[in-house]
This record gives sequence, C-alpha cells and structure tokens, in this order.
Amino acid sequence: MRAAALPVLVLVLLLHALPAAAQKRSGYQDAGPQVRAMQDDDAANPGFLWVEQGRAAWQASPPGGPACAACHGEIAAMRGVAARYPAFDPARGVALDLTRRINICRTERQSARPLASEANEMLALTAAIGVESRGMSHRIATDGAMAAVIARGAALFNTRLGQLNLSCAQCHEERAGARLGGAVIPEGHANAYPEYRLEWQTLGSLPRRIRACLTGVRAEPWPAEAPEMLALEAYLAARGEGLAIETPGVRP
Amino acid sequence: MARPLVSIPKSVRRGDIFDIRILIAHPMESGQRRDDSGRAIPREIINRFICTYGGEEVFRAEFFPAIAANPFLTFSVRAVETGMIVMTWTDDLGASQFESAEIIVT
Amino acid sequence: MRRRMLIAGAALLALPPASARATKPEVAAAIRALTGGAPLRQGRIKLDIPLLVENGNAVALSVTVPEAPPEAARIRSIHIFAESNPNPNVINAFFGPRSGRPGLSTRIRLATSQTMIAVAACADGSFWTDSVELLVTLAACLDEV
Repeated sequence: MRAAALPVLVLVLLLHALPAAAQKRSGYQDAGPQVRAMQDDDAANPGFLWVEQGRAAWQASPPGGPACAACHGEIAAMRGVAARYPAFDPARGVALDLTRRINICRTERQSARPLASEANEMLALTAAIGVESRGMSHRIATDGAMAAVIARGAALFNTRLGQLNLSCAQCHEERAGARLGGAVIPEGHANAYPEYRLEWQTLGSLPRRIRACLTGVRAEPWPAEAPEMLALEAYLAARGEGLAIETPGVRP
Repeated sequence: MARPLVSIPKSVRRGDIFDIRILIAHPMESGQRRDDSGRAIPREIINRFICTYGGEEVFRAEFFPAIAANPFLTFSVRAVETGMIVMTWTDDLGASQFESAEIIVT
Repeated sequence: MRRRMLIAGAALLALPPASARATKPEVAAAIRALTGGAPLRQGRIKLDIPLLVENGNAVALSVTVPEAPPEAARIRSIHIFAESNPNPNVINAFFGPRSGRPGLSTRIRLATSQTMIAVAACADGSFWTDSVELLVTLAACLDEV
C-alpha cells in the first residue's frame, strides 16, 4: 500500500464508524429551552449584532483596497461557502478555515492587516458569511488533500491530552448525553460557529471553544493559527457531516 | 457604542399595541470582575434607555449591572399617530447611541 | 480568574421554603423607599423567570400584567430586585401614557440561587408584587471568566 493511501483508509474507517446525520445531535438539542429560544428568534439572538456588523464590513472599503463586495458581489453570493469549509486551497497547498481565508483576502487583496480569530470584525465577517449557509448541510470535501488533514484531526480527537489525560472522544463520543455537573455533554459538533455562548457573553470561534476544552483537561492549548487546530476543525466538520449550519448559534 | 438591532413594525392600525424589541452590543462590565492580576475591572454599563414616540416619552428604563451583556429589551407601545420612534441608550461614560424609526399608523 | 473545570455538582443550593424566609434587609429597604411604607399586595403583575437556570449570565425574565387595571390605576413603573446579587437592583422601568401593555422582557445576570422580586407602582398609589425562587447551576466547563 502506498503511504499516502493510509490516512485515507483510516479516515474512511473512522467516518463510517460514526452515526448517520439523522442520528447526530446538534448541541442545540442539548441546550435548555431558554437557549434554544434565543437561537430561534433572530431579533433576540445576540449573534445578529455581529451578523449586521459583518454585513456592513462586507460593503466597506478598507483604506488600501477594495471592499469584499467589490470582488465577491452581494454577501448573499456567499451562500454555501461556510457549509464547505474548511477547504483545501490548491494554489497555496494548505487547508483553510474561513478565518484564514478572510485573512488571505485581507492581506493579498485589500492591503489590510490580518485579524485575530477572536477580533470582533473577524467574528462579524465569519458570522455574516456563515448565516448565508444557515440550514444547509455542513459537507466539506473529505477526499484528495483534505483526507490527510482530516485524518490528522481524527487522530488528535482520539489522543489523550493534558493532566486529566482525556481525549475529545472520551467526553464527546463515549460520554455524550451524560452530565458533567449540571450540563449535558454535547457531541461536540461544529455546525453553529461562530456562536454566542452565554458563558462567554460574546460571540466566539470554534478555536476558542477548542482551547477551552484543552485548558479544561489541563493541556497546553494550541493557538488558533496552529495546524493542529485546523486539522481538528476539519475533522469536526467531516464528523458532523449532514448537520444543518446554525450560524450564529446560541449555546450555554 | 455600536449600532443596535431594533425590531419594530413598519405600519400598525390606530389603537393597536405593538412590541418594540431591541438588542445593542455592549459588554455591560459589571464592576464585580477582576483581571488576571487581581485588579478590579471598573464598572462600565449602559445605565439608561429612553424611547419617545412623537416626542413624548413612552418607555424609560434604568439598567443596573445585573442586565446581561448585549442588553435585550422588549416593551410595547400603543399606536396613536404616524410619527417617529426615537430610542436612546446612554452609558456610564455619558456616551449615547440613537436609533429612530418611523411608524405609519393607518 | 483562571479557567477551571468543575466536575462535581456545581452550585445546586437548597433553599428553605418561601414561608420561612424574610426579604433581605437591603432589598426590603429599597422597596420601602419605593413604596413609602404603603402595603405591598400580591397580584396584578406576574414575574416569569425559569425556576432552574442553567447559566446565570443571561436569564430571560419578563414581567406581564395579565389584566390591565383601569386607567386611574395604570401601572407607572415596574422594579426588579435579585436578592442575592452583589447589587440587588436589576432594572427600573417607567411607562408613559402611550405605552401599550405595561410590562417588559429582558435578560439578566444572577450570581447564585435566590429569590427574585418584582414590584409595580400604580397611578392610584397602590403597590403590587410577585416573587420567584430559583436555582442557578453552573456550566461544567468554563472558559476565562
């Protein structure tokens, strides 16, 4: 067997071991009625403060370059984009999440500085782009170059980490649906980011949530820019394949 | 302060009661938290909201630090005449954010 | 505060029954300042808030008036108190003559399990109240506070 085929095979086995989309539980289903009500009503969902900011930023020209809209047209043209990210960029030979994709646009096309993943303007843009895919199935490419990225993420998901020596899978698969303190352990899907967490009292990215898990098990968290983070994001997307995009989700 | 999100009907029938729902981006720093070095983070909240309709005050609220971040509020107004609804949020620093909408009364 | 993980039962506190409890002095004084000592009656307003709160950072609260009193007794203001918050005042709301139904909905912060009290001041000088005892549990895995 060629070496390159191995991650693909591992991935195929891993993804086939997972339940079908219909049986996957979005974190929405594990949230309480109040949290669900906040997400159900756009006028009550604080995430829409960022969506509106992002829609305005989409139209605004940064000092040194064109607005997003100058190249991409109306933001409605972004429908489906968030549903297929992370994706592989063949020109650069790397996988990108939306945050990285936006920063490439900023630095290469807009003569603007890259934004941190938790910067309000970045969250606003990813929320505004993400909401265009709301209701669509999250379905990223899992073949070609993405296979190796996802396989790396799968390996990380199943690796015990930190002083508590816990893997992602031990909580979010083996114990999903059980309780930790007063809260139900969700399956850990990535279909609602950026999401408004009551705990954060603000909108935040998937890497922020992953870092909280890592510090929770007393592991050294990867920075948002780390390839490990992107690999895990890609695996989570593939693992949650078929779940509807809920951006901007609301969670406890 | 950032621009608020306001849900308000465009037109209503005279005498009807309609809801106004507002959200505004604000951390509502309570004054109860401490930073990593133990220093108290000073309170900085939106402390006041006023809604006028045709120049007359219809609803006013005093907020305390117990109001959650990104304050959300729903209240109702009785449709009397076509006119401007003007809403003003004011924070501890004295900065204000305004938002207005015309309501058509038929 | 640093991030932390709470494995055990978080903050489920048992509360004594309402009849055994008295309003905390600080809140009682605030209500007295409002009413000028006039009696507080049960009724007219209804305080809606979940009895079990999964996250104290944003709790939906609403005050409704099931039956609007006659114009001479219209509700002028509604005041909400959270007895065991560091500052028990939550919101004071004032209703002009053009307001529709008196009442409001908002989202509030609760430091711990406690009693919430709503007081309404009516144009006829009467004061009405409703209260709710609730439990606040903490999320298990917390990010930076």
